[in-house]
Amino acid sequence: MDLLQTKGIEKQFLGVKALKGVDFAVKAGEIHALMGENGAGKSTLIKIITGVYPASAGSVYFNGKECKFRSPLDAEHAGISTVYQEVNLLPDLSVAENICIGREPRTKLGFIDKKERKVQARKALARLDIDINVGENLSSYSIAIQQLVAIARALDVDCKLLILDEPTSSLDENEVKELFKVMKKLREEGMAIIFITHFLDQVYEVSDRITILRDGQLVGSYEAKDLPRIEMVAKMIGKTPDEINQMQAGIVKNTKFGDTVYEAKNIGRVGTISPVDISIREGEQLGLAGLLGSGRSEIAQIIFGVDPHDSGTMTMCGKSVNFNSPQKAVKAKVALIAEDRKVTGIIPDLTIRENIMLALQASKGIWKTMTLKQQEEMAEKYIKLLRIKTPSGEQLIKHLSGGNQQKVLIARWLATNPKLLILDEPTRGIDVGAKAEIEALTQQLCGEGMAVIFISSELEEVVRDCDRVIVLRDRKKVGEVAGADISLKNVMKLIAG
Amino acid sequence: MNKSSNKFRHLVWPLVSLALLLLFNAIFTDNFFKIEVKKQDSAQAVQTPSVPTESPQPGTSWITPENYETVSDSTETAAQTVKDSAGQQAVPEKKDGKGVSIFGYYLYGTPIDILNQGSKVMVLAIGMTLVIATGGIDISVGAVMAIAGAIAALLISMLDAGNCIGAGMGPSVYWIIPVIAALVLATLAGFWNGMLVAGFGIQPMVATLVLMVAGRGVAQLITDGQIITFDNPGLVFLCNGHALFLPFSVWIVIAMYVIACLLTRKTAFGLFIESVGNNERASRYAGIEARRIKWLTYVICGFCAGVAGLLAASNIKCADSNNAGLYLELDAILATVIGGTSMAGGRFFLSGSLVGAILIQTLTTTMYMKNVSPAIVAVPKAMVVIIVCLLQSPVFRAKVLSIFASKAAKGGVQ
Repeated sequence: MDLLQTKGIEKQFLGVKALKGVDFAVKAGEIHALMGENGAGKSTLIKIITGVYPASAGSVYFNGKECKFRSPLDAEHAGISTVYQEVNLLPDLSVAENICIGREPRTKLGFIDKKERKVQARKALARLDIDINVGENLSSYSIAIQQLVAIARALDVDCKLLILDEPTSSLDENEVKELFKVMKKLREEGMAIIFITHFLDQVYEVSDRITILRDGQLVGSYEAKDLPRIEMVAKMIGKTPDEINQMQAGIVKNTKFGDTVYEAKNIGRVGTISPVDISIREGEQLGLAGLLGSGRSEIAQIIFGVDPHDSGTMTMCGKSVNFNSPQKAVKAKVALIAEDRKVTGIIPDLTIRENIMLALQASKGIWKTMTLKQQEEMAEKYIKLLRIKTPSGEQLIKHLSGGNQQKVLIARWLATNPKLLILDEPTRGIDVGAKAEIEALTQQLCGEGMAVIFISSELEEVVRDCDRVIVLRDRKKVGEVAGADISLKNVMKLIAG
Repeated sequence: MNKSSNKFRHLVWPLVSLALLLLFNAIFTDNFFKIEVKKQDSAQAVQTPSVPTESPQPGTSWITPENYETVSDSTETAAQTVKDSAGQQAVPEKKDGKGVSIFGYYLYGTPIDILNQGSKVMVLAIGMTLVIATGGIDISVGAVMAIAGAIAALLISMLDAGNCIGAGMGPSVYWIIPVIAALVLATLAGFWNGMLVAGFGIQPMVATLVLMVAGRGVAQLITDGQIITFDNPGLVFLCNGHALFLPFSVWIVIAMYVIACLLTRKTAFGLFIESVGNNERASRYAGIEARRIKWLTYVICGFCAGVAGLLAASNIKCADSNNAGLYLELDAILATVIGGTSMAGGRFFLSGSLVGAILIQTLTTTMYMKNVSPAIVAVPKAMVVIIVCLLQSPVFRAKVLSIFASKAAKGGVQ
């Protein structure tokens, strides 16, 4: 008996068909992975199931009844809870307030019963085996705990189906294990879980069944144990396994390095990162490895001038520089594609064209403008080059899927023709196909003489792509490996200490 | 086609509302659209600082056969008066309060009056639009208007009395001194606001509240608590004179609008404003000096408030620190919002703001013409405003449409 079933779901956005008749079913007591590339329609399908959007055609059955949810709250009352990729909680409220928001226990007089609220919050967290002070502000806990609090909040209602949209993308390995333990426990309690992720290992670690979407169409649903990994990837991107092997083999490391592009001596910032030395040459790809919060992103921010350094010196192409604002860094041809795409990347209400031209224009200043035609040509060029899926450059960037937004941001910085490109988690939350494209692109850029600093939580990527890896732990540089010494084992050893 | 229709989409609802209001007037107000070409009374024609050397030639496009004779007739008179007044250094007579005109002719009628009276809010709305587009707000513009008017009136009275540098230049030239002083002071006020908001990160509402409250006090200090009146022809000309058939204030609005459009759309300034208003942090990461952009919008807004303050003082020929520009900041914000610029920041529409300002002024004028008591004018005004805002809300439109759609569907079944 299927707990949730969709029949012939279709959805149209501004003339683009995002879903073309999707049939999808989830049983009670299973973890069901929903897979697909960016723009395949996963998020749209979830949003239709939870009532964020109405479907253009087709119907949703939940618990055997046809349902038309008008809002996520509606779906929540029926027993479908969702936890999104970005933690959608209120950081300045306490954990207990976050868990009980919108359904606070009341005293007889109608006031909020604060004691009871804490009790309820503790109970909800105990279900996930978490024991924290529920009176503390949510922001004082790690992203992982916040993610678990979001799940606890989702479970607090009478939940039969839990949807987890990229829950692991900001978690480190141990935290992911914790989450999986919780997921398995919930499965045993008979809950159905829809799990969306881009980490293929994770899919196989917890999922019972896998449903694959491609270009808004259902490819099929499979038992996880019957579907080899390479075949799943092949189905996701619509290529044969052989073609994928070729794609991965196509990445060639650049080995010719030029002069030093950027060099920093003893740069640091009190409370953010202890002084480190960094230098990078033309054509080199330097990896920054370490656990979440080890200081990887902080180094990127200091180099780019977002957080000015308070010790040390930096030189760019032999000249002494002092990047204390991003604008100075941009003018000196440094580019940073920062970690949090929504907050520090896209300008949602501007078009793709405007988003692409923005950094170049910022480096030129207010007066030197580009003609509309030049802008359009530039947008057109990068849309083609990076294969951004959009009908035109005049589309607002907020209507694009995550991976395509990321490509627009890459285009924004390539347009400035940088000498040093810093990529902070460029592959987070995007699919295998786009990942391979980005990896191939960075190698190609290195081949053309660009220096690239690459930051990623996925050690395999760092090891595979980088010529040199700086390892960080507790906001300190703890080691550096280069050339043939770069291996998963060596890097892990340094990270662990 | 598609592109251009997108470009003007924001103008649709304000224009529809304005059209409805005008239609109402066309039906219920006698002679609302009657525009006359009035001949300048010879006693009123006066040499103004920018008198052109030529008078209109017979055969200029606006001259129709019907009025041809009067026109050619008066060409001489006008030329004559210019000569006369140049000789006598005449001061304008305040017959029926219509001030002076360059060509000896001007258009006269309610629509023209609306444009003239609405000029203050239109000028304010230009600056306000830029500030709101960065996600900010400036509620001090009314008070800054009072400051600008006060300093202008004080200086002109000192110049008239002869105890200020520049008095020797004569009243037909030295009026430029108070104008410049007022604009500089207003721009400084904008600079102050920008410093609080962009420099120190104070919330815009709070930061500009400081000057909103203190500004009128400053204006009182300047004028020593008095209402200073003046009759300098140059200053009076700003909001009472006519040039090229239209009130001079309308030309000021047009000039400022054109400059603002060039400044924002022909440079990258507009893009940066929209970017900062939409996502300030990401803009900074893209290399935009977000703080400088925000700061600059407040400076521009202050300058606009200065111009509006001069217009207000010129209009009534005095500086009244308590009432000059009172509540006009609200009208300016309203005009901006009606024009389609979101209070949350981001995309902005200067033309929309101007239409919004005209809409508000049309409404006010309509009410006065219908003899609505000034005490209760705010009530019908608020109702019209809420209707315009509802029309602009996509949620509201969808709701209304769905009601009609379901009714139509039911009707179809029966």
